[in-house]
Amino acid sequence: MAAAELTPFYYDLHIHTCLSSCGENDMTPATVAGLSALAGPDIIAVCDHNTAGNVRAVQQAAAALAPGLLVIPGIELTCAEELHMVCLFPTAEAAEAVGEEIYAALPPIKNREEIFGAQLLMDAEDNEHGRLEKLLSNATSLSIDDAPALAARYGGFCYPAHIDRDSMSVLATLGEVPDYLGFHTVEIADPEKFFIGGRNTSYPEKYHILTCSDAHRPEALLPDASHAIHLPECTFEALKAVLTSPKGKVPIP
Amino acid sequence: MTANELCRACGFPLLCCPEREVTGGVYCCDLLSMVMGRAPTDGIWFTVMANQNTIVAALMADVACVVLTEGIRPDDTMLARAKAEGIAIAATDLPSFEAATRAHTALRTR
Repeated sequence: MAAAELTPFYYDLHIHTCLSSCGENDMTPATVAGLSALAGPDIIAVCDHNTAGNVRAVQQAAAALAPGLLVIPGIELTCAEELHMVCLFPTAEAAEAVGEEIYAALPPIKNREEIFGAQLLMDAEDNEHGRLEKLLSNATSLSIDDAPALAARYGGFCYPAHIDRDSMSVLATLGEVPDYLGFHTVEIADPEKFFIGGRNTSYPEKYHILTCSDAHRPEALLPDASHAIHLPECTFEALKAVLTSPKGKVPIP
Repeated sequence: MTANELCRACGFPLLCCPEREVTGGVYCCDLLSMVMGRAPTDGIWFTVMANQNTIVAALMADVACVVLTEGIRPDDTMLARAKAEGIAIAATDLPSFEAATRAHTALRTR
């Protein structure tokens, strides 16, 4: 079928909340939902480090503050190799279940709030209902080799985050995106710089390229939505079908 | 032994915090999350990882001195953070193993 049947949707698939130790306390569920409504993306994903503890609260806040916004439950997994993977899931239940498994795979090192800030669990009305004890930004014992199967077990999928960053990225740590893991998507934080002067042109030939805010503070959410993805419909399943299919061979249901 | 005395004995140019005392052991690792849990308190740590996260890992482990090896140099942000936290930073062109053996020898024969 023709590509004309696809519709562009604005997306931001990498947003932190106040649960991430490096995320500002102002990144409450209602703030994330409300600012997303202002900035105008059609799809967002909540991706705190190694937990999905605030995902449900953002979904609930968005239902009130940002009607029509698709909020995908996600986790930014830190693999044992010290690189980040964006993992996206169909439901909050799935993300929370895999989140328990991932949290258990963190080393028993406690967060120190005076260094990293608080790791706040919140409800949809921005009331704190707990704090996570382990330092969430640490590396888990899960290898990048385990990540795709782990996400798939919960109905989700994953891809390497900000591959162009100097730290916590697949290129910085492994030197390349491993072919044997079958990724069809990569996130690039600064495409202008990554592709400057005709560099790295093999990536868009091979991968779907996503650029997201990776917002840790409210101001980072404010710019108008500018990155769009073409999907047959605005659903998690459609997004998953596109991002897990080879570039140029996107299935149309 | 201060970071200054130790780094001078090893031939590593010191970039900040010369008076920090190095009383712990010698540690080599480039995975920051491992360093956080395992580097010796007040020790000297050899790594090629040069960013702000390096300082945070050193702070978590209470490392006294970080030596960047293989010709890696800190950027201004990393150096400023190290100064603010009172962690000594040195840099050398040597590989981590060779650099660490120098520090090991210097600490043993002080």
